[in-house]
Amino acid sequence: MTGTVLINTVMILGMAAVTVFVKAALFVLGDRVVFPPSLKQALGFVPVTVLTAIIVPMILSPNGQGLELTWRNPQLVGALAAVLVCVATGKQLLTIAVALGTFFAWQLGVLA
Amino acid sequence: MTRLSSFTAGARDTLPMVIGAAPFGVIFGTLVAAGPLAAWQGQLMSLSVFAGSSQFIALGLVAGHAGLAVIWLTTLIVNLRHALYAATLLPHVAHLPARWRWTLGFFLTDETFAVMAGYYARHPRAPLGHWYFLGSCLSMYANWQLWTLVGLLFGAAFPQLQSLGLDFAMVATFIAIVVPQLASLPHFAAAVAAGVVAYLGQDIPYKLGLMAAVVAGVTVGMALRRWRAGGLKEEAA
Repeated sequence: MTGTVLINTVMILGMAAVTVFVKAALFVLGDRVVFPPSLKQALGFVPVTVLTAIIVPMILSPNGQGLELTWRNPQLVGALAAVLVCVATGKQLLTIAVALGTFFAWQLGVLA
Repeated sequence: MTRLSSFTAGARDTLPMVIGAAPFGVIFGTLVAAGPLAAWQGQLMSLSVFAGSSQFIALGLVAGHAGLAVIWLTTLIVNLRHALYAATLLPHVAHLPARWRWTLGFFLTDETFAVMAGYYARHPRAPLGHWYFLGSCLSMYANWQLWTLVGLLFGAAFPQLQSLGLDFAMVATFIAIVVPQLASLPHFAAAVAAGVVAYLGQDIPYKLGLMAAVVAGVTVGMALRRWRAGGLKEEAA
């Protein structure tokens, strides 16, 4: 191995070590971790907050160039369809199917 | 429900995420092939790190001649959100043998967290939930390896992948998971606050805007819950 290849391999394995630590440390500690009740309550809000936080920028500015609050934004139209179907039916698969159908129909049909 | 059927259900429910992650695997492989890392090192990174955003950022840092300490610290910050996922899912895995907890921890991703948050909301005490969890993990892992390899070998042949919008499959699935959990006012307000802060902070590097959004959402949710609990106590008094 040349010097650069070796350093980059060390870099990758170091990244792996850091990532495994962040992901697995709490799982590995298991029962030895005891959260106070208020922290447990706070963690109950994590799924809705983090999942919403991941998708909102993908929906509102899909091209990373500012707000696209317009009917010409297929991500926005597809997401609105998903919310409507999910609220109306509560069916997960149907929600995903209608959202994807709307999104691709918009992208390939309406806007093409 | 057998172990196998639970495992397959987990893999099946992760399918939209698998489709959504595929183009990013190809793009990652393509970037490696065009950059300073050897092809096998790109695959090694997907195999051992298995965290997409930090893999992309590392490529940028390597190209910019960043030092090891900077790359490792950045990896830590970018992947910090996984500790939050682990804390949230911990009550459901704490009873498992250590080898299970190491395995599920290693394979944890945004997508599997989303699937598991939805699953445990519907089945809080599923005895074979860890097999479902593993099914979700391994389908994401196999998928990431496959598409990294495709990108390494044939990446130059797919120049327009990002414009297909396959990542919308992830958006659709996350909506299907989140919306049913918004029934209470504190949860709804928490999601709105997180969405606003995430939108405003999307250009903050290292996913710190995402972390700020979670902190804002959780704070709003907790404040509303306390305020409501206080109101109930006053009514009772």
